Amino acid sequence: MTTTADRPAQEFKVVGSRPIRHDGVDKVLGRAQYGADLKLPGLIHGAVLRSPYAHAVIKKVDVSRAEAAPGVFAAISGDDMPVTAPKMVDMVEEVTNLKWSSQRVMAHGKAVYRGHPVAAVAAVDQNTALEALKLIEVEYEPLQAVISLEDAMKPDAVIIHDDLVGDHLGEKVSPTNVAEHTRTEFGDPEAAFAEAAHVLERTYTIARAHQGYIEPHSSTAFWSPDDKLTVWTTTQAPFGVRSNVATVLKLPLSDVRVVPMEIGGGFGGKIGLYMEPLAAMLSRKSGRPVKMTMDRKSVFDATGPGPGGQVTAKIGVDKDGKIVAATADIRYMAGAYPGSSISAATAGIFACYKVPNVRIDAYDVVINMSKTAAYRAPGTPQATFASESLISELCEQIGMDPMEFHLLNAAEEGTRRPDGPVFPRIGNVACMEAIKGSDHFKSDLGESSDGKLRGRGLATGYWNGGGNRSSVTISVNDDGVVSLVEGNPDIGGTRTTIAMQAAEVFGLPAHDVHPTVVDTDSVGYNDLTAGSRTTYASGQAAIEAAKQVVEEIKKRMAMIWETEPENVEFEDSVFQNKVAPDQRLTFKEAAGKLGQTGGPVSKTGTVNVRGSGGGSFAAHLVDVEVDPETGKVQILRYTAAQDAGKAVHPSYVEGQFQGGAAQGIGWALNEEYYTSPDGVMQNSSFLDYRMPTALDLPMIDAIVVEVPNTNHPFGVRGIGETSIVPPAPAVGNAIADAIGTRLYQTPMNPSRIMEALANKRNGQNGH
Amino acid sequence: MATVFLSIPLRRYTSGESSAEVPGATLRALVRNLNERYPGIAESLVNPEDADRLMPGLAAIVDGEPTNMGLLTPLDADSEVHFIPAISGGAAVSNSEPGGGERCA
Repeated sequence: MTTTADRPAQEFKVVGSRPIRHDGVDKVLGRAQYGADLKLPGLIHGAVLRSPYAHAVIKKVDVSRAEAAPGVFAAISGDDMPVTAPKMVDMVEEVTNLKWSSQRVMAHGKAVYRGHPVAAVAAVDQNTALEALKLIEVEYEPLQAVISLEDAMKPDAVIIHDDLVGDHLGEKVSPTNVAEHTRTEFGDPEAAFAEAAHVLERTYTIARAHQGYIEPHSSTAFWSPDDKLTVWTTTQAPFGVRSNVATVLKLPLSDVRVVPMEIGGGFGGKIGLYMEPLAAMLSRKSGRPVKMTMDRKSVFDATGPGPGGQVTAKIGVDKDGKIVAATADIRYMAGAYPGSSISAATAGIFACYKVPNVRIDAYDVVINMSKTAAYRAPGTPQATFASESLISELCEQIGMDPMEFHLLNAAEEGTRRPDGPVFPRIGNVACMEAIKGSDHFKSDLGESSDGKLRGRGLATGYWNGGGNRSSVTISVNDDGVVSLVEGNPDIGGTRTTIAMQAAEVFGLPAHDVHPTVVDTDSVGYNDLTAGSRTTYASGQAAIEAAKQVVEEIKKRMAMIWETEPENVEFEDSVFQNKVAPDQRLTFKEAAGKLGQTGGPVSKTGTVNVRGSGGGSFAAHLVDVEVDPETGKVQILRYTAAQDAGKAVHPSYVEGQFQGGAAQGIGWALNEEYYTSPDGVMQNSSFLDYRMPTALDLPMIDAIVVEVPNTNHPFGVRGIGETSIVPPAPAVGNAIADAIGTRLYQTPMNPSRIMEALANKRNGQNGH
Repeated sequence: MATVFLSIPLRRYTSGESSAEVPGATLRALVRNLNERYPGIAESLVNPEDADRLMPGLAAIVDGEPTNMGLLTPLDADSEVHFIPAISGGAAVSNSEPGGGERCA
């Protein structure tokens, strides 16, 4: 379902249609090549020995027995890895220090998370490699693991990194486990709270949750004798992998080629380095290509989930329910190295509202668990669980309908975001209006016939997204079909959405533009597939390339028609001589004449897109049914409305809304790391780490709102991430509506709901 | 003149002022002028290894959108500039280890 809040002036032929995806047949038939599918001549297989301790000094690593074992080609430890100097790099959704990245991929003297690589081997097959790991001798000195905010932040905390220098409001602090403390502040919140008609403050705890991509990480590397390195890997950031591998291994950038394989889910978790440098070093030692693929346990233990943490939020309103002030204290557990998206949390926590007085403190805290990674709208769902739950409870207390509260206080064009910038034209109100007009909103919740409790919840969410750099090359074939070369691994159908934007310029069917994702030597620079940027930014590169192609063909037609190029116009896929209207050729006919008019036409569009045009807002509505005997929550009905600017391929847009909602429901109800006191995850399998399946969820209704983005020629907004932001508070608000008491912690699983119901019976509430 | 909003860490250079009106046709010129008014503030804004770039980990928001040209970003007379942390944190590390930054194998 699509609702157009303000229809753009343009009419589209391709954009807005629903063609079959270009790579669909390959994927349905199993021909698409994912990382683990790669086969190369002489390929050998790597395996990683991982620390059983979350925090330990590594006193000795001896790989000599493993290296001498039959079938083993090479073994490495931290001693074999280059030492990387501190260097901050910005990867759009992750800013990271390459020294930490280097240490994360292989421990240097100290293991700082369970699953931290300590050594690696490469052997003739996977079993031989795994057996060889048993021959590696490691001497550890276990240290006390720091796995909670409380332990990490207390004055006499065990320090995880002696060399970490914290930035606490601009002051350099060491030793510390608090890598960063930031504050943003406008107005005078305390004075506004003092005069508010109603003030509410609550503290929320959010569990870390993994991206849960089906495909485990897999990387293959071949270090050739001329010191050229090729890496085939499952990544969202082939150019980022290229530069970071080059830095970590001290190679010239252009001596590293990265071939992105098809990607079986990433959600932000496949941006950073994991096994690429290890496979490269093993290849260098063995002279063979080395493939390394994680098992699921390693994915959970050693790759980055989204951060968990604690958020205390406070809000004050006047007698009419208008927000006068809000504050938040956000504390995220970054994992073993700094970087937990606290700045995105700061931007997002109150972004849906006009807040005249605000202060947000945020803390990035290291603990002895795997380094967190970007996860779909990084840092924002956690903070929004706090703000949207708080607002729902406030509405209960002041007797105001949540929809009316949202509409009264909604951020709009000209509103200052809590971290400073002013919003351009945005779709926040339009999303709320779309929900308000939906059949779901107008429907009666109904009653369960078997004693179960029903409730309805509403929440909003925001993600800014990004623009940045993209390159697309388009070549015209003699038959008028167009080849399009791009450098963003395809997530969510981006091959097709980029191709459709070029097709729109040409007036060709989408399937007459053939998109191919290529390696880093075969296309200009592209920032990563993340930040909701790919359709938005790489699409603009495709439009730019297509426009250049059209201009070049106009010149060619002018040559044929013996006129000036400015006399040639192009409309509805037809070139026409304005001076002699009978002279006209379709795009396909013109393509057949390029050889005789100067040769092939191939053009590259490059862009460095600034910003996102205000990002994408969403509003979600959910009905739940809670079994008071077991605490089980069933999602009865779910509607997600979100601003797409202009939906390039509405089916993919709806799919992103639905996928984000499904993941967010998992955060809300089930997903968490069960960790022992010594930092060992106890549920590192999909059997025990419970993600929602199709059997758990109803069909999620998607409403595509279209408030055009003035930063994009077609009005497109990046939409991949916002949909994970509202679900947890929407579900929490629905549960509270159903059971008459509120939970302040995710996941809201059956045991916690039973506990909440027991507390309610005993006259206690959960905060 | 552009309006610069100064984050809490920057206010130690400004005696607590939270914003300033500063001339400059580019972000670099603005930072230069800002540093003249508040000596030392540029050390927190400019990459010490590349004077055309912002300090790593820092983002500049100009008129509501992140810059994509770093300090070369052109400014309008009435531009609004914010310096805020980039999207993800990542603290500094001391570089005191022997042979720091050099290959050891």
